[in-house]
Formats: sequence, structure tokens, C-alpha cells
Amino acid sequence: MSAAGTPADRGTEPVIEVRDLHTAFGSQVVHNGVDLEVRKGEVLGIIGGSGAGKSVLLRTILGLKRPASGEVRLFGAETTWLQPEERRPFERRFGLLFQDGALFSSLTVQENVQVPLLEYYSLPRDLLDELSLLKIRLTSLPADAAAKYPAELSGGMRKRAGLARALALDPEILFLDEPTSGLDPNSAAAFDDLLRTLHEALNLTVFLVTHDLDSLYALCDRVAVLADGRIQVIDRLEVVERHPHPWIQACFRGPRARTSGGGPEMAKER
Amino acid sequence: MAADDIAPDTALTLDAGARALRADGAWTLDRAAALAPVVAAASLGVGDGLVRLDASGLTRLDTAGALLLLRVLRATGEPLAAHALTGLRPQDQALLQLVAASLEAPPARPVPESTVRRLLGRIGLAMVEFGHAAVGLLGFIGLVLVRLLRTLVQVRRLRLTSTVFHMEQIGLDAVPIVSLLTFLVGAVVAFVGATALRDLGAEIFTVELVSISFLREFAVLLTAILLAGRSGSAFAAQIGSMKSREELDAIQALGLDPIELLVLPRLLALLVMLPLLTFIAMLMGILGGAVVAVLALDITPSMFVSRLHEMTDLRHFLVGMSKAPVFAFLVATIGCLEGFKVEGSAESVGRHTTSAVVQSIFMVIVFDALFALTYMELDI
Repeated sequence: MSAAGTPADRGTEPVIEVRDLHTAFGSQVVHNGVDLEVRKGEVLGIIGGSGAGKSVLLRTILGLKRPASGEVRLFGAETTWLQPEERRPFERRFGLLFQDGALFSSLTVQENVQVPLLEYYSLPRDLLDELSLLKIRLTSLPADAAAKYPAELSGGMRKRAGLARALALDPEILFLDEPTSGLDPNSAAAFDDLLRTLHEALNLTVFLVTHDLDSLYALCDRVAVLADGRIQVIDRLEVVERHPHPWIQACFRGPRARTSGGGPEMAKER
Repeated sequence: MAADDIAPDTALTLDAGARALRADGAWTLDRAAALAPVVAAASLGVGDGLVRLDASGLTRLDTAGALLLLRVLRATGEPLAAHALTGLRPQDQALLQLVAASLEAPPARPVPESTVRRLLGRIGLAMVEFGHAAVGLLGFIGLVLVRLLRTLVQVRRLRLTSTVFHMEQIGLDAVPIVSLLTFLVGAVVAFVGATALRDLGAEIFTVELVSISFLREFAVLLTAILLAGRSGSAFAAQIGSMKSREELDAIQALGLDPIELLVLPRLLALLVMLPLLTFIAMLMGILGGAVVAVLALDITPSMFVSRLHEMTDLRHFLVGMSKAPVFAFLVATIGCLEGFKVEGSAESVGRHTTSAVVQSIFMVIVFDALFALTYMELDI
């Protein structure tokens, strides 16, 4: 697939803008002035230490958590303080993959994928079935997985099924919360490949929260580092690697980092 | 993509003897329902052979649109690559290829079985499951009894702290609810009895009605049902969530015995506390009856007490008390067993918790009926 070019070819029109965001749980401050811009068509990776507030940032952008102050704009419209009903037109333009898939356990994989389709559209039965099966195949799940329940799937398959559900409405932005955590290196690499293929063919903007350096190298156009309550740097990975912030240096120069330069070889240990 | 670039004239046109197709407008999910019949008609129209598809009027394409477009092309019996596609934007071309590669003939929907067959199947399945559950319960009871005996021989194996903790949770914390409930039921029984007995001029028999019914049946039955809902469910949920977090495997891997560690403290606690709570329930039920008798009927407290003393045999109390340990054993084993049956998900914890309550109440009532029959035959 060569439809999508280098980052420079892509538009610079922002689809997500976060301005001076402050969030806190009680007295514990999580974000202390986060500024972030996600451009249309790019894959933006968010990294940061455990507890740095990556998932909270994602939840705040989605409106699952309210900030203390600041502004979130989606597709150019301010959405920070919208009521749940007012959010719905935005929500159908998102796809969201939770850490463990968050599949509905009482439904089969295919029914899971059909949930958003049934909620928003009234499609003929055969089209609904074919479309949901198509999404399942797009995520490289075997055909017989469609009729299985989430409890019968392995961790990697659950993530793929969660991705199929996230793609059900043909979203413009795909939010991924640590998509490769808990997968073995081969499955994680395969998942990265899948995401890259889908990103290019489906013309997605991807907001990727991750711990996985390999995913960053494999997928991201730009990387943002969240540390000490704010975005320390947001740029291409080569630039980010050289940033002097101690966490970034520890991350990219530490014992678990890849050899500098980011060659294609896998990290030896995980 | 902003909403304003959606052309209103989404359409599929066939001409030149159905060998040339034109797709116009936005082929997207929100138009899929409207496009589906158009596509179905076109699929019948094209027939076999190659076609030319002009997509220059196509403004948007997503997977649903690609799927529909491919339905038409598939109806020709030729692969996607063989057709002449013009005017497709590169990203749409890529999307179409990806969808085509992922698309296979949808599997046939399974033919539904006849209702009678399904009904019989469900009955059969339910019977088989009931049989398995009964065997499982008996096996578990045996296992628990063996471990219980071993613990009685080697008393230092008993987890005293855990047992006392459960005694507090099961017994002490349940005193208010058990007291209130049985007090109210005692009052109700006295009221209902008194209204019927008043017509016969036999109001004084209300005392025996309340005392005998509570000593023999109500106190122990109400307490057991209450504890099935309060503690049996808690056992299933506690052990079940431990199972789903693999804590039980950890216990075994550490060389500990889950029965000894988890089941026996709960069982022993319930075996001690259910009789004690039953005793409280008896007192409170009779007290409830007495309050009604004193306030609503012309029975003085001293009359009530002396009548209770004279007319109510000790054996009624013993009959009631004899059932308490049996009910305690049932509630505890069923609750713990359902906890062990949990597998994997949180949903399973909920299902087995419900099942623990239903089963233990069912068993308590069945055993109560068996006790009633036995004691009746024995003239006790």
C-alpha cells in the first residue's frame, strides 16, 4: 500500500487540539498545562512513564474524564464541556481500542462488531453480517473467530477483535491504548504491521498510547513525550531521541532501548 | 473529511448493455442502507463478464461503500483485478484492494432447528447439567468432610484468625437484620393468627401459634434463607473473584490447600453462627408476637410468659435447632462450590453468585420439608 506518503505529504490540518490542559485526581495533579496537536492522517505516539497520565489524557480527549481547566478541540470544534448527547456526533467519528479489548463478554465477536452499527444505522441484515465479517477479516482474525465469545480468544485475538469493533463505523480517528501490551514480540510486531496497513488503506489518523518502543519505531510519524505533567517534546522520533529530558534519555539510551538510530532489528529483550 | 463534501447524488448507473458502470457521490456507511437495494438490482443486471467501472464521480469511499461496490463486481464472476477501473483515487484503490482481499463468500447462516427439537434439546441438556451439578456437589461435600475430619484430628491446621473473621462477618454483622426481620414476621404471624382465632374466642392460642411456629420452623428457615443471600453469595463472589484472578492457582502452587484455607474457615464459621443467629431469631420472633399480643389483643405480658412456659415443649426448640447445622452446611458448601466453579470472566462470577443463592435457598427448603416429614413420622 503506497497511498499514504511521508509525513511531510500529509495535511497539517489539526483534528485534535489540546490547549493548556490541567487535570487532577483530588490533590494529585496529573496534567499541568498539556498542549498537543494531532494532525490529520498522522500516527502520533504518546509515551511516558507509568502514571504519567497518558491514559488520562486519552480519556480526557474522549470526554470520559473532565479536566480541571483547559480546552479540547475535535475537528475544530470545542468539545471540552459538552454533554454526553452533544458528544455523540463526534463519537461516531472515533474508534477506540482499550487495553484488553473491552469486548462485551456476553456477545460473540461478530455481535460485538455489530453493536455500534446497529446503534447508529439501520442496515439490511445481510449487509450488516457481511460488513461485520469484513471488519473481522480486515484485522486478520480467522473466520471462525466471528462466532466465538471473547473468553474463548487469546489476548492477541481479543485485541484484534477490539480493533475490528473500533473500526466498525469507519472512524476518522483511531485511539489505541497500549495495543501491544501483553502480547509476545511476534504478535506485537504482527499487530504493528496490521495497524500500519489499516492506517494507510483506511486513511486513519491514529492516536497511539504505548510503552512499546518497537511500536513507536514501526508506526509513528511523530512522538509526544508526556512527563512531569506536560508534553516535553513532540516531533519526529529522531528529534525526540536527542531531547535532553532525563526520562527521555533513560528511555532511549537505557538498557532496554534499541541501538541508537532505530534500525529494523527487534529489541533483544522485553 | 467535512460533512459538506458529500454529494447528494450518490448513485450507481448501468449503461452500454450493462457493461459500463458509473459510481457517483459518497459511498459511505451512512448511505449503505439506501445503496444496498440499488446494488442488489445492479448485481442482477450486470450478468457475467468484464465491466468498465468509471469512478470519477466518486467523492468518498469507505469500507461499507467498497463492500457494496465489490458486490456488483463480484456478481460478474470475475476477480477485481480483471475489471477496468477508471477515475479511482489512489487511496480508494488501495481500500478497494484491501477489502477485496479480506472478503470471502459469507458463510451460510445455520439453518435453525425446529422448535420441538430445540425444546427437547434444552430439556435434555438441563437434565444432564442437573445430574453433573448433583454429582459435583456430592463430590465436593465428600472432599470438604474429609478435610474437616483431618483438621479436627490435627487442630493446628485450623485457620483460627480467618475463622473468627468470618464468624464476625457472618454472625455478628447479621444480628441486626436477622432480629428486625424475625421480629416483624413474628408480629405478622401473631396478627394473622389472632384475627382467625378471635372468631373462635381462642385468642390465647396465639401464644402457641407464634412460639411453636418460630421454634420449629420460621426462625431457622428465615435465618438460613437470609444467610444464603447474605453469606452464601459472598462466599461464591469472594472465592470466584479469587479464582478469576488465578489466586487459587497461586494457592495450590504454593503448596497450600484451597479447601483448608478458604472453605473450612467459612464452613466452621457458618456452622457456629447459624445456630446462634437462629436462637436470636427465635427470641425476636416470639418477642414480635408478644408485642402484638400485648398491644392488640387482651393478653398481658405475664399471661404470655406463663402460657409460653406451660404450653410450649422444649422439643420444639430442639427440633428447630437440630436443623440449623444442616442448613449451615448446605449454604456454606454450595456457596464455596459455586465460587470454585467460576472460570475466567467477571460475568462468570456474577452468574455463579446468583446460582449459589438460588441453589442454597432451594436446598434449604427441600431439606426443611424432609425434616418436617421425618419429625412428623417420628411424632416429635
